[in-house]
Order: sequence, then C-alpha cells, then structure tokens
Amino acid sequence: MENKKLLELKGISKYFSRGEIEEIKALDNVYLDVYPEDYITVIGSNGAGKTTLLNIIAGVFPPEPGGKIIINGKDITRLSEYRRAYYVGRVYQDPRVGTAAKMTIEENMAMALLRGQKRSLGFASNSHRRELFRNALEPLGLNLENRLNALVGTLSGGQRQALALVMATLSKPSLLLLDEHVATLDPNTAQIVLDLTEMVVKNDKITTIMITHNMEMAIRHGSRLIMMHKGGILVDLNREQKANLTVSDLIEAFKRASGDEFDDDSVLLRSD
Amino acid sequence: MDVLSSILSFSIYEGLVFGFAATGVYITFRVLGFPDLSVDGSFTLGAAVSAVLIIAGINPFVATLAAIAAGISAGLVTSLLNTKLRIPALLAGILVMVGLWSVNLRIMSGANISLLREATIFTKASEYLGIGTGTHFSILVAGILALIVFFALNWFLRTEIGLALRATGDNEQMVRGFGVNTDMTLILGVSLANGLVALSGSVVAQGQGFADIGMGIGMIVMGLASVIIGETLFQPKGVARLLIAVIAGAFVYRLVIVVALRLGMAPGDLKLVTAVLVIMALAVPFIRKKMRSEWIPPATRW
Repeated sequence: MENKKLLELKGISKYFSRGEIEEIKALDNVYLDVYPEDYITVIGSNGAGKTTLLNIIAGVFPPEPGGKIIINGKDITRLSEYRRAYYVGRVYQDPRVGTAAKMTIEENMAMALLRGQKRSLGFASNSHRRELFRNALEPLGLNLENRLNALVGTLSGGQRQALALVMATLSKPSLLLLDEHVATLDPNTAQIVLDLTEMVVKNDKITTIMITHNMEMAIRHGSRLIMMHKGGILVDLNREQKANLTVSDLIEAFKRASGDEFDDDSVLLRSD
Repeated sequence: MDVLSSILSFSIYEGLVFGFAATGVYITFRVLGFPDLSVDGSFTLGAAVSAVLIIAGINPFVATLAAIAAGISAGLVTSLLNTKLRIPALLAGILVMVGLWSVNLRIMSGANISLLREATIFTKASEYLGIGTGTHFSILVAGILALIVFFALNWFLRTEIGLALRATGDNEQMVRGFGVNTDMTLILGVSLANGLVALSGSVVAQGQGFADIGMGIGMIVMGLASVIIGETLFQPKGVARLLIAVIAGAFVYRLVIVVALRLGMAPGDLKLVTAVLVIMALAVPFIRKKMRSEWIPPATRW
C-alpha cells in the first residue's frame, strides 16, 4: 500500500435547477483519485465545473445520490461543511471570504488555529499562541507578524489573501483547496501569493487542488494537471506528462479528447 | 445643585439597569448581525416572571435568575426559528415578540403586577448589607450586577467559543470553513442576549415596584440608541471598551431623557423622540457618504 489514496471521488454528479428548463449539469459522473502530496492544478473554461468540484469536496452542498466522497478511507459524503473543516482548508477567489474584516489579525489567526477542533472556554489567544502566529506570518515578508492587533479590513487585497493562505494551512489540513485564489490580485501581488503557495505546499507537504483560469500557470505549478470540460474531467496529466508541456500541447489535447473546437478565448489570452 | 445631583444619580441608575438590555441589543445587532426584535417581548417576560415569583414568596435573587432563564428560552425560540426553519431574523423576532405578549399576559394573569411592599433584590440586599435603601443604594446594587455582567461577558467573548460567536457575525462562511457550526453560535448568542434583556426587565420592575405588559415596548430602539450613542461618543476598540461604551451610551441616553422630562416634555412623547434620535444617528453616515459621492449599497429589506 505505498500509494494510499488521500481523496476518492466516485461517480460524483451535481445538477442545478433540476427538472427546470435551465437545468445545468455542473458535474457529470466524475471519478478522481488524489494521492498524498499531489499538487493538482485544475483548468477549464467557465461552467466546466471546477468550482462545483471544490464545493462538493468541501461539503458546501452534497452530490447527487449515488456519488461517494472518501477522505483517508473515510466516507464523508454526508458530512456537513463545518465537520469537514477538520480535513479541508480552503482559500477563495475573493480575499474577503477567507478572512474576517472587523476582527484583528490575531483573532483571525486564533479562529484558524482551531480549524475542525472543539472550541473551549479557554482564552482564544495567549502569549504562546501569539508566538506561533508570528512565526507563521513571518515568512510572508509582509510585516504582518508585527501588526497582530491591526483590523484585517485595513489590509490590502494581496495582504488579506496571503493571510487567508496562512490561515487555511495553519493547522495542516489533509487537503488544501485553492479556488482561483490569485485571480483578483494585480500581477505582482498574484506572483507573491503564488510563490507563497508554492512555499507553504512544499514545506508542509500539503496535498493541494488549485483551480486556475490561466494555462501557463497551470503548467508551471503543481505535480499534476487536470482539464475539465462540461462537468467532466477531460485530461489528467501526471508529473512526467506535464514536464515539457506547452499551451498549444494543452489545446491540442483538449481538441483530441473532446472533439470540440477550443472556443474559450479568455483562457488563451490570459497566458501572461 | 440638588436637582442636578438627583438627575445625575437617577440617570446613572437607569443607565445601569437599562444597560443590560442595551448590552443584549449590542450582542444581537452588532456582534452577531442578527436584528433581533423579540427583545421587546423578552424584556417584559423577565419582569413578569420575576414579579410573579416574588409575589409567590420566592427569593428575589432566585426570581431574577428565573427571569434570565425565561429570557434565554425566548431567545432560543427566535434563533431556532431562524436557523432551523430559515425564517428571516427580523420576522422570527417579530413572531416571538407578538407571541410573548400573550405569554406575558398569561404569566401575570393580567396587564400588571404591583411589587409594593414585596421583597426585591434591592430590599434583600439592604437587609444583607445593613444599609438603608435609596437611589444611591440602588446604584450600588445595579452597579454590582453590572460589574458581574461586564466581567462575565468580557471573559466569555474572548474565549475560543466567544471568538467563534463574534466571527460568525463578521464572516459566517469563513467560520463554517474553520469547522464551527454557525447555527450553534447564533443560537448561543441570541439566547444569551435575550437573557440579558430579561435580566434588565426583571431589575427595572423590581426597582420601580411593578411589572407592566407594555414596559418592553420600544426596548429595541432604546437599546439601539444606547449602542449608537456609545459607539459615536467613545469610538471604542476591543471587547472591554465596547461593553463599557454600550453601558455609558445607555447612561447618556437616559440622562438626555431625564433632562427632557424635567424640562417639561410629556412622557408619552418619549418613544417618538427616541425613534427620531435613532433615525438621525442612522442618517448621518448616509448623508456623509452622499456628500462625498460615495457608492451607497441599496437598503436590505430583510
């Protein structure tokens, strides 16, 4: 058992507005095995089902009956979102979603520290924990470790997203879900947050699924690449297969697998 | 000089006892972002429960604890309606407030109960301590209660559970993502807040010597007025200072009211004045944004 699976998705489908004219098949019978320390980049056009996939894994809503989600050999299909937090850390596209604006950096970190654990009537923060927070924030190089009492709402979008990343990984989740987490940042800040992501994922050996809209980014990062289309997984490339991959290879692979023309200009144009 | 000091001491007393209700309103509206209107009902509920128990010969301190428990139950109903039946918070609060009107009439078997010559926490405390009653003594009793509430809340809101409760009002999605059942934190917070409001109603009834079915009307607006005054005057940062600011806000509000009454304002006009005060306080940030041509989000209807 050297290749024990960390996450298994079995026959996952998800429909929205079921039975109505505008019924949407967001996920269509998806099977996916994720192994420990996989760093998967997920690419696909709008409506391919990328975010729905993350929402299903995080437990925001359940899959259609018959689908199964298994983490570390445990069936979590019916586990509610807050109970899954024990396994899953997540960074959202919008920095405002992953952090609490009206609370201080210290209070945000204290919330994150206890992810998935029982909360007690002991003080949320103490000198020992503050030290831990400072140590976790220091590698960011944003001087946040010296601003523990600053309200998070006063930070810039990039700083907030960097903080959200540290918070999501603070108590070492089994699985880290990144949902286009640099898409709203300016190119410079996006690069900083991406480098941080690389650092955190490598140092802590966290299994990661990262959604991106950017093919170049999907190729450059991660150890495995998945392309989604119309609610299914179209292309699944391992480390060797993606080593010398180019954007045009990827488009070629898409055409071959789907029989469709590649029609999403936004993906092509955003290969900066 | 005498008039001035009596106005001041009376306002301090009222600020303290209504401060409990203001603190409850602060927890729901500001900390949880849960506009809970059941407060009007749970204030009277606290008064009714303790009055009936005191008449029945129960120790007033026990009766006060029972009032808190009753308030907690009322908050429990409101928050369950919202979290489990998904009834919007405003409507859930209104439903409980309306329902409590009948419940309170039943508890008191009538529209009011007199506590004249009955034992209250004030007469009992004066027995225990051997000090005579009076406004200053009432301030002492209310002050001790306020200190207990202040230290309890200042501790609780900084615990791991308290922090989760505060974060729920700030960013519910994030809090769920970190493994907290936000239904539970909402239920906990709204119940706690209504317990405080009922405590306020209980102490007010014992202080004034009667409980009345209409005594809770406008309590939300009064609480909001206190919260807004406290926030505006003191611009507090941190849990402890916020709590103090809310109680100080209640004091300033009562002071304004007492002075206005002394100057000859009819007591019946009180509620309108309070409502106008809150409207003005809410309008100021709006007008300020309008003048700076800032974007203003549409008003929420729920």
